[in-house]
Amino acid sequence: MADIQELQRIASQVRRDIIRQVFLCQSGHPGGSLGNADLFVALYFDIMKHDPSFNMEGKGEDVFFLSNGHISPVWYSTLARAGYFPVEELNTFRAIDSRLQGHPTTHEGLPGVRIASGSLGQGMSVACGMALAKKMDGDDRTVFVLTGDGEQQEGQNWEAALFAPHHKLDNLVVIIDDNGQQIDGPTSEVMYMGDLGKKYASFGWEIVDMDGNNMAEVVETLRKVQGQRNGKPTCIIMKTAMGKGVDYMEGTHKWHGKAPDEELALKALAQLEETLGDFPAEGI
Amino acid sequence: MLSLDQLQQTDKKATRDGFGAGLKAAGDQHDNVVMLTADLRGSMKSEDFINTYPDRFIQCGIAEANMMGVSAGLATAGKIPMATTFANFATGRVYDQIRQSIAYSHKNVKICASHAGITLGEDGATHQILEDIGMMRMLPGMTVINPCDYNQTKAAVQAIAEHHGPVYLRFGRPGWPVFIPEDQEFVIGKALHLNQGSDVSIFATGHLVWKAVEAARELEKEGISVDLINIHTIKPLDEEAVIASAKKTGAVVTCEEHNKYGGLGSAIAEVLSKAVPTPQEYVATNDTFGESGKVSDLLEKYGLGTKDVIAAAKRALARK
Repeated sequence: MADIQELQRIASQVRRDIIRQVFLCQSGHPGGSLGNADLFVALYFDIMKHDPSFNMEGKGEDVFFLSNGHISPVWYSTLARAGYFPVEELNTFRAIDSRLQGHPTTHEGLPGVRIASGSLGQGMSVACGMALAKKMDGDDRTVFVLTGDGEQQEGQNWEAALFAPHHKLDNLVVIIDDNGQQIDGPTSEVMYMGDLGKKYASFGWEIVDMDGNNMAEVVETLRKVQGQRNGKPTCIIMKTAMGKGVDYMEGTHKWHGKAPDEELALKALAQLEETLGDFPAEGI
Repeated sequence: MLSLDQLQQTDKKATRDGFGAGLKAAGDQHDNVVMLTADLRGSMKSEDFINTYPDRFIQCGIAEANMMGVSAGLATAGKIPMATTFANFATGRVYDQIRQSIAYSHKNVKICASHAGITLGEDGATHQILEDIGMMRMLPGMTVINPCDYNQTKAAVQAIAEHHGPVYLRFGRPGWPVFIPEDQEFVIGKALHLNQGSDVSIFATGHLVWKAVEAARELEKEGISVDLINIHTIKPLDEEAVIASAKKTGAVVTCEEHNKYGGLGSAIAEVLSKAVPTPQEYVATNDTFGESGKVSDLLEKYGLGTKDVIAAAKRALARK
């Protein structure tokens, strides 16, 4: 059984890492990153069977894909804290010659990343391919993929939404980050999408609701769906607050893709306990 | 060493049939070869593979973007996916999926595209892509291959299964002369010298290689010596072969079933302009969309016939 308090402590450090990464390069996407910190920590520190020495094919491992690649800071921090690469490397985020590109890629060989993402709507398809390969190979591990809710406006997702139940990919878990925000404003105003859960259910998916900012619930839910093999892929509608953990960033799209200045960065860090030691960086 | 005398038509079969035969052979050789299609299994002539290996066939429905992503996921897990559909839907429709999930991500995906070019025929311009070589050639790390007949296509499929990295393989719909020897070795990136000559170089790819062979016979009859080279791999281009031939003849013709912009002609011109500036004439479509019609009528109307190759060779010679 996971120690929820320990996971929360790691998540606090991941949130600090997010703020410090985007502050140092004065760019990046803190809002969605903060909102998803609990999910990433639960996946990498409790739920998934995975190997930080990293094998691209991921045979015998649970595999995670990030479709909404712009929330790379939360993934980079989680991967570093889980041992995929040195924590010190987080200070190279978005800098020249870095493996930590603005959006995740395989191009620079960063351990933990299996596909480039950033141009939205492609991750579910890739995850379907990995889940299908695992079925073909008799590998019973699970494939997780995270997408944004605004990202669901891309049509390719709906091609994948048809594909997965048709091919009975019950080893696939899609997590939709339902924070209700996208870069131009609330999703309901930018492009109303109706009830995503009902839509996926009608396509033949198992639907699960989850509070993505309640660590105990995240762990319990993921554990339940992980071993579920009933012929249907799972779609988790995960409620999160964009900017979770930093009061002035919470629940607004304004910090979707904007870095805080020094004063605001320090204000954010004051709200997030340093639990594992900050990565070294000049100036903050 | 091949020569015009050896390049005789032995049969008439579509290059897509060569794809089907090559896919079956590649499937026999590699357990991890899988085939995907977007509702075009019949058109891809792949029943032999599908019937032999039904568990390695993945129907994607009419959803090409998803098919490219699924292929990338399969390749990540160590499969060798052959993603098949018509060339238009395999490139222009899904360019960003190929760019991000396959090319930039270095995935070992083989994009196998039938019905390329104007010889698709009666379906018309919506399906006759003439821009695909250019698009695919622009992607860093992408190998681009356009075989010329059944035998070469069959060999190319087996070669791309052995090759690690993303590949765009372009072939076509119509029955077409079979003339490349069945046992001819296919080496990715290595031009195939079809005839040694000294007056004019003809570089040809895809279906138009046969037109170039016919043209070369006529030109030889007129006493014009043709250095005829089949560029089946447009990227990486066999620059050494291009430069050597252009230096020898001092006049160049390029032949392709593609727009004059972005394809084989452009690729050759890029090499010549750096290494050995040479008069060059293009046999290609003239920055236009196609239309419905019989293959023979289309080739004539759009300037892709034997007489067009001959005329281009004479223009190039006159510019020496």
